[in-house]
Amino acid sequence: MIWSKEETLPREELEKLQLERLQETVHRVYAKVAPYRAKMDAAGVKPEDIQSLADLKKLPFVTKQDMRDTYPFGLFAVDRDELVRIHASSGTTGKPTVVGYTKKDLEIWTECVSRIACMGGASSHDVAQICFGYGMFTGALGLHYGLENIGAVIVPSSTGNSEKQIMYMQDFETSLLVATPSYALRLAEVAREMGVDPIKDLKVKIALVGSEMLTDAMREEMHKYWGKDLLITSNYGMSELMGPGVSGECTELCGMHINEDYFLPEIIDPATGEVLPAGEKGELVITCIKKEGIPLIRYRTKDITRLFYEPCKCGRTFCRMENLSGRSDDMLKIRGVNVFPSQIEEVILGVEELGPHYEIILERDGYLDKMTIKVELAQSTDSFSVLERISTTVRNKLRVILGLDAKVLLVSPNTLQRFEGKAKRVKDLRNK
Amino acid sequence: MLAKQLTVFIENRTGRLCEVLNVLKQNKVNILSLSLADTTEYGLLRLIVDQPALGKEKLTENGFSSLLSEVSIIKIPHKAGSLQELLKAIEEGGVNIEYMYGLSIEDDEAYVVLKASDAAKIEEIFADYEITTVSSEHLHGLN
Repeated sequence: MIWSKEETLPREELEKLQLERLQETVHRVYAKVAPYRAKMDAAGVKPEDIQSLADLKKLPFVTKQDMRDTYPFGLFAVDRDELVRIHASSGTTGKPTVVGYTKKDLEIWTECVSRIACMGGASSHDVAQICFGYGMFTGALGLHYGLENIGAVIVPSSTGNSEKQIMYMQDFETSLLVATPSYALRLAEVAREMGVDPIKDLKVKIALVGSEMLTDAMREEMHKYWGKDLLITSNYGMSELMGPGVSGECTELCGMHINEDYFLPEIIDPATGEVLPAGEKGELVITCIKKEGIPLIRYRTKDITRLFYEPCKCGRTFCRMENLSGRSDDMLKIRGVNVFPSQIEEVILGVEELGPHYEIILERDGYLDKMTIKVELAQSTDSFSVLERISTTVRNKLRVILGLDAKVLLVSPNTLQRFEGKAKRVKDLRNK
Repeated sequence: MLAKQLTVFIENRTGRLCEVLNVLKQNKVNILSLSLADTTEYGLLRLIVDQPALGKEKLTENGFSSLLSEVSIIKIPHKAGSLQELLKAIEEGGVNIEYMYGLSIEDDEAYVVLKASDAAKIEEIFADYEITTVSSEHLHGLN
């Protein structure tokens, strides 16, 4: 189901609307937000210079560092009185990044999430269990209001206490699960440990996954645990831009439609900042064109993806972004080779005997980087030749894909750390 | 006749073997024979126990990667040369032995546990040469 008529606007009309909104936003931030004015002046660009969507590239980028430098409210474009909500990123490194919402911002947020929920197969008949952490994190509340708005029953179970999560699923007949892909897998594991078969004993038909990359291999792994009929759609967002609801996958499963009437996407070369043509892979840059609280312009998301503008079978005209293939700051440099952890994950999940949980350990051996991959054995064996074959398969595939040699360490099931939010699978010990 | 062998995957880490044995002890699973083989990173503990299914269930519950597989337990005379004669028969039959370990229980009888590359063919060899194989339960009864 298509939630709102804007989703099918002809491209021409959409672009006209985008330009109007962009111009209005640029004028507003130039007038109200001093750091923006300073940046634009330094770049020698005035709001009047934005005459077409192509002029967007004249504007300077904004990064997470800019938000930290102006902590907490420096990039806000409204007075405190107009705000009705504050959210913040976890701030694992340094100060958190803070975002503020006006009443209108919250309405738009709810609208955007309602769209992506419907896109992902949700309806008013669903019982939606939200296994994202509630709090300063935008994920849980974003999905909460959006799903509630379309009429679904919300079970705000948050993260943790996985046994209780399974009990709710059974007793409330949860049909829709909101979680990170890794937590969805963890829940299936817990269910099995409790003697509950996620496929037969639970009624979950839809999983709206986000806040973590969904690789094809991870999707397959989810089907293995939750059944092949589970409809898994990913959605994308970040607190700096709004929270979840920036884009979402429709049931055609061919990329995530960006809510382009609110968010203007570009793809750039992360090294040079140069805008790349449609279809090329690079860093996603987003401009918020209808936000009041903190309208970021050309925000560098650090997420690596590409955009497709070809019409989608679902009827929506909004462009699609490919499921993420990494983050420019997650990118590891190993012996001079650029490596995304997702590439390693694809290899591991492609081996039947291995479980979905793994850890990448990087160490320095003299002047050389050394990579060790710890991975749980999901199926047991009584033969060393099978164990050797597994290790060799992983090593060979990594050598083909990355051109790097890795040590593969098989470990017993349930011995690696589990994560309820974003999984932290890389241990970089090279500079310690 | 094929017997059940319980195999446990063990990382080379202090105390890990003891943890496996503790699970078996707590569930009163008795070990009749064992073989522990290892590489630098991990090992495989192969066990003949009196209650293989229970052992596997409890090990899995405790987070160990374990497997029940089929091996042959062969009764041979407890005297010099008898193992060589058995292997000669198997070799003539063209079957490869993947691994083997042994135990002797009585004064005049011993047992070897072996995994053959071809389970069906080794049964034929045993029949042809009138070689006696036993179940792990049988072995337990002798104790």
